[in-house]
Order: sequence, then C-alpha cells, then structure tokens
Amino acid sequence: MNFFHQLLGNRKAVIGLWVMAAFALTALIGPWLVRDPADFLADPLLPPNSEYWLGTTRQGQDVFAQTICGARMSLLIGFFVGVVVVFIGATVGIAAGFFGGWVDDALSLLTNVFLIIPGLPLAVVLAAYLEASPLSIAFVLILTGWAWNARVVRAQTLSIAKKDFVSAALTSGESKWRIMFWEILPNMTSLVVSGFIGAVVYAIGAQVGLEFLGMGDVSEVTWGTNLFWAANNQALLTESWWTIVPTGVSVALVGFALVMINFAIDEVTNPKLKSEADFRKVVLAEGVEPGFSTPVLKALGERTQPTRASLRPAPLDAPITPVLAAPPAVSNPPPPTAEQVADTPRQPSIKPKEEA
Amino acid sequence: MKFLLRRLGFYVLAAWVSLTLNFFIPRLAPGDPASALQATFQGKLDPAALEAMKSAFGLTDEPLYRQYFKYLGNLFQGDLGISIAHFPAPVTEVISEALLWTLLLAGVSVVISFSVGTILGILSAWRRGGWLDSIAPASFIFLGAFPYFWLAMLLLFVLGFLGGWFPLRHAYSDTLSPALTLEFLLDAIHHAFLPALSIVIASLGGWLLSMRNTMIGVISEDYVTMAQAKGLSSRRVMLNYAARNALLPNITGFGMALGFVLSGSLLTEIVFSYPGQGYLLFEAVKSMDYPLMQGLFLAITVAVLAANWFVDIAYVFLDPRTRR
Repeated sequence: MNFFHQLLGNRKAVIGLWVMAAFALTALIGPWLVRDPADFLADPLLPPNSEYWLGTTRQGQDVFAQTICGARMSLLIGFFVGVVVVFIGATVGIAAGFFGGWVDDALSLLTNVFLIIPGLPLAVVLAAYLEASPLSIAFVLILTGWAWNARVVRAQTLSIAKKDFVSAALTSGESKWRIMFWEILPNMTSLVVSGFIGAVVYAIGAQVGLEFLGMGDVSEVTWGTNLFWAANNQALLTESWWTIVPTGVSVALVGFALVMINFAIDEVTNPKLKSEADFRKVVLAEGVEPGFSTPVLKALGERTQPTRASLRPAPLDAPITPVLAAPPAVSNPPPPTAEQVADTPRQPSIKPKEEA
Repeated sequence: MKFLLRRLGFYVLAAWVSLTLNFFIPRLAPGDPASALQATFQGKLDPAALEAMKSAFGLTDEPLYRQYFKYLGNLFQGDLGISIAHFPAPVTEVISEALLWTLLLAGVSVVISFSVGTILGILSAWRRGGWLDSIAPASFIFLGAFPYFWLAMLLLFVLGFLGGWFPLRHAYSDTLSPALTLEFLLDAIHHAFLPALSIVIASLGGWLLSMRNTMIGVISEDYVTMAQAKGLSSRRVMLNYAARNALLPNITGFGMALGFVLSGSLLTEIVFSYPGQGYLLFEAVKSMDYPLMQGLFLAITVAVLAANWFVDIAYVFLDPRTRR
C-alpha cells in the first residue's frame, strides 16, 4: 500500500521500526536464552559483572534475565491494549461521525467525559477491585484509554462522510456497517495506525506505572514489577542503580521508537509538513540553505554557490547575521559593512536587489 | 458567558459520571462487596467501624437505587467514609490535608513545563532546522519516553543521594512546622525542587512538540508572510502574529493533558515520599484502603475538572470568538 511504502522511505520510521523489531525479537525468543528470572541464583545486589551482566537484585535474581523476560509481558499487554483500543475507538468514532444526530451527541459526550476523567486514579480504583493479573491491567487500561482514539477518528469521519464516494455508496444501497468499515475506515489508515501506536505508548507507560504502584501481580516478571521490587528493596539507598536503570531505559527506548514512527507517519501524511519537506529537499539540492520561514529563502547563506545565486528569490525579511557572514558572492552592489548593517532598521523588505 | 456555562454543565456531567462509576465499581466487582469488606477487615477493625464504613458506602441490604441516593446524599455532606489506613480519621480529612501539597507541586510544575515548552516550541518552529530545532524536540521526546517516576528515582539518586544537594523525602524538614515564614518557604521549595524538576523534564517534550507543529502550520499562512512583507520586526511577527494564533489549540490540549500529567506527578510523589495525593494513593493501595482510594479518585477528578474550567476561562480571554 502506498502509505506503508512511503513510511518505509522515512528515516525516522526506519529507525523506530528497527528498534521495535529488536525488542519484539527479544521478547519472543529472549526468555529461552537467559536464566530463570525468578530464581534466587547468586549473592544479593552484585554489581554488573562478567557472570551477571546487569548485576543481581536484592533477592539474588539476575537483572539481565528480568529485563529480557519483562519485555515479553509488557510488550504483549501494550500491543493487546493498543489493538483493542483502536478497535473500540474506530467503532465509536466512525459511528459518531457517520450517523450524526443524537448518536453523535451521545457518543461524543461519552468520549469527552472519559477523556477528562484522570486515568490513573480511576485505573487504581478499578484494579483494586479486580483480581491482580495482567488481564485485569489490560482491561483497566482499555477502559481508561479508548477515548482519545474515538475523538480523533470522529473528527476525521466527519470530513470523509461528506465526500462523494460515501454518498455514492449510500445511493447504491450498501449497508451502513459496510460503508463504515469498508468505505470510510480504509481512508484513514494512517490515522488508525498512528492512533494504535499512541495507544501502545500509553498502555506500556500506564502499565508500568500501575505495576510500580503494586496494582499488578507482583509475582509476574514485567518491567513494572521489576521497578516495583527495586523500589520496595530500597534500590536507591543501597546504591544499586543497576536494578532500575536497565528496565527504565528499555521502557524509554520502546516509547521513543514508537513515537519516532508516529512522527514519520505525520511527516508522510500531513500535506503541509510533506510539501515543506519536499521543498527543503529541492532547495538543499540546489546548494541553498532553506530559510527560517518557508518559502522564504535565507538571503545569503555561506554555502551558497555563486552560480546558483541568480536562482534565489528576493528575501522578505533577511536576518542580519547571515549578511555579516556572507561572502561577497555577487559583486554589485557591494555588501553592506558591519556598521551599516547595525544601523539599518530591521525593515529589509525592499532591499537593493543584490541577487539580480 | 454562554460558552462558560455550557462547559460548566459538561463538567458537572463528568463529575456525575465519575461519582456513579465510583458507586458501581465496587458493586460490579466479582463477589459481594459487603462480605468482601467483611472478610478483608475482619479482625483488623472493630465491628462498629466496619458497620460505619459499610453504611458510609451504602453497602446495605437496601435496594440498589436507595443505596445510590444515600451514597449521593452522603457525598454532598462531604462524607466519603472512614479511612482504614488512618483509622479513625474520615477520608475527607485525610485527603484535604494532602490536597494542598499536590496542587502546589503539580500546579507549579505544569505551569513551568507548559511555559518553557511553549517558548521552546515557538523558537524551534521559527528557526526551523536551526540548532535548537535539531536538538530540543528529539532530546525532550526521548526524556519524555521515560516513566515520570523513573526519572524521579534517577534524579533522587544522582542529585539527592550521591550529590547530597537536595533532601531525599517529604515536603519540608522535620524540624520545621508549616508557617508563612521565609525559612519555611525556602525549605519547602528546596524539597519540591527535584519532584518538580522530574515532572517538568518528563512533560516538557509534549508541549514543545505540539506548539512547534501548530506553529509550523501557522507560519506558512499568508498573513504571516504579509506581516513580514510589511517589514515588521522578526520578533513581533513571531510572537504577535504566529505564536498568538498557534497558542489556541495548545491551550485546549493543556486542559486535556492535565489529568495525564497529574497522574504522572502522583507517581513522582511516591518516589519522594511527598505528602500529597499520590503518596496517599500508594499507602491506600498498600493497606487495601478502599474508601481512601475511592475518595482520592473523586478528589483528583474534581480538581482536574475545576482546572479545566479555569483553562476555559483563560480561553475566553484569548479567543474572541468564544465571547460572542
């Protein structure tokens, strides 16, 4: 598909995807390659060494094994919650935007209410009454996290539902559900993908937070429970930084990689950002530095080649510094001296045409 | 005015939904809540306290709708039940003591991170591709990917524990008692510095990025080009023309994100044993103090709704269209 193709051409997306692939592979096969993370193997609180690469916990468990095995449950829940959240969000959002009227009013109200109720306290209350297990955590995260997607999808549906192809499908007698999921939904692939990624980022972060609070099943090895045990065992007061750093860095790397992919999606699909990126690419290929306010080009870039100088349009608001730094690329008229520049008020819209 | 009233109506509705959720969650949970409470606290509490708790929650044998109205009635009288962890203090008392600290810590850090993030966003959009733009967004997004409380642990370890420059816990020194003296204020600021710093670092990236992206859209508008063509100073175009308009969607996002940031700051409080709502929440979870948990949920929700309404009021001043 075109969108995914474009995405693979984006540097940020490629970096993000590689990092995610590495973590997914680790989560998939890693646990078979390391020691049992729950076993009490060695002396407590050994610093990183050749035997235990990331040291041991207060219980003498292998931190490296815990970090690797924690990835499995944390990523699994993150992605599971992401899928469900996107499904609910898309259904509610498209239904609200497509049906309009009282359906829209009711669904939008519900969405907005769930958006504004703070997630963590609600999640804590919910999780407290449920059995402590990864599945309850997932349920709680879905309930507190679906609203944002619904809101975004609804906004997009409103604009798509007015398009001709939707009216055409309606007149040709297609069922409403088919139009919603086969006509409208495929037109927001990028939105749904980016909503999914956002939901996964939220789910992983919130899950780690809830488990850190002690709401999860503390006998399960996940990133959140790793941190819970580290905090419980006074990791900081015993100076055992190695029990918290690997897990935190893993969480951050996953979050960062996912956010990078989302940026890439934005760059690829947002026409404004895309046209600007294309523009910058063309300008840079010409050897001119793009200006700070496109499409205005910086008047005199140091890297400017004299032969290309004639191509540059007149500056609208040339900053002073580049003028000072500029080589006398074109000889007539002579570039202003430093004093002249300092005296000139910043109203350079009608400048002598040094470019001509 | 109509706008503000409509929003107020919405917040009242949201508050009602959270009250109702709060009522139904214990009752929909697997098992019978009354006997679950009985089983959990058997031997821990004297029977009279248990009875009082059950009636405060309306956990009686009455029909559900009667329980519900009783629960609402109790709420409006400020009765949220009795805390187990702080027995026999009522939940409202326990919460109100801690509310000020949370509002102070979270409020100040959110305002700081929003202002700094917005300014950095304006600058990096204005000098797009400049050094600030190539460093700031990426590095703050990376920092923002860490869990709040993890950054807090790291800061506490490096600056508090190893460096010894900041206190490790609590909101003020044990030797002082709360008073409006300079000594106490300085001490409180000293204690709040690290928790606030971790919240600011973790949440700055979001504000920065949304401001930058809106700003980029606004900069390519014709009226900005026009302002530049008129020869207005760069600074004026940036602040009065571009940033002013780019700020509006960001203010809306501000209200939305408050709950999220507050959740993060609750976890930060736990790391620093800061005596706010987050620390109470942690204690409540540890001691299975259900009344306190539910009371905290309501208190935090009401605080977020109120803050959102203030954001709406600010919006009215910023956007003339809402004043019609």
